[in-house]
Amino acid sequence: MVKTNDLILKTMTVLIAFILFGFAVNLFFAGHNEPGGGFIGGLMTAAAIVLMYMAYGERAVNKVLPVNYRTMIAIGLIIAIATGVGSFLFGQPFLSQTFDYYHVPVFGEVELATALLFDLGVYLTVIGVTMTIVLTISSDR
Amino acid sequence: MNDIINMITIVCMIVITISISLLLYRVVKGPTNPDRAVALDAIGINLMGMAGLVAILLGTTRLNDVILLIGVLLFIGTIALAKYLEKGVIIDRDDD
Repeated sequence: MVKTNDLILKTMTVLIAFILFGFAVNLFFAGHNEPGGGFIGGLMTAAAIVLMYMAYGERAVNKVLPVNYRTMIAIGLIIAIATGVGSFLFGQPFLSQTFDYYHVPVFGEVELATALLFDLGVYLTVIGVTMTIVLTISSDR
Repeated sequence: MNDIINMITIVCMIVITISISLLLYRVVKGPTNPDRAVALDAIGINLMGMAGLVAILLGTTRLNDVILLIGVLLFIGTIALAKYLEKGVIIDRDDD
């Protein structure tokens, strides 16, 4: 197979993957009041990582993002369970959620809910599962 | 005023439907696989326009994320198809 030069694809990937990560973070934080949430945010992040894998190949991206995605599944599940078990500390039933209003310097008055931590667990699990599936299929022999 | 907007939106949806039908003909009939890939890409762009028109018709802004999402997934899918047609692999392994 002739060695091709993917200059346009590689240059475009640098810009588009950056925008995709920003869109994923936006979807993740918008999940409380608008369409979005941990699942679709995780899928968007995985799509950005897959785009990087398609443009730059497996070895280069493994060097840039040295992440073990199976560990990421475990971390996400542990975070999700911990937010459920944490409600026992306050004498509440399993998976009780609470929220409060705080003053953050740049954003002003924001509502911080513990549901966001559960969403973070979902987010990490979805990224881990998707990337595990894609990389396992792509690297068979 | 609202009636005019609704009427024009529905006319635009009918035109986009005709466009998608013609592209579906190209997907089914297309002599080579790149023809089908390009037609699927164009169908996705027409779907983005259709989602925007539905958003106008329903008077909501909740569909804007969907439009951007269709564009992103369409782009990634088209890149994957193009790499498969060109090289035979989608993710290069670099180690052989």
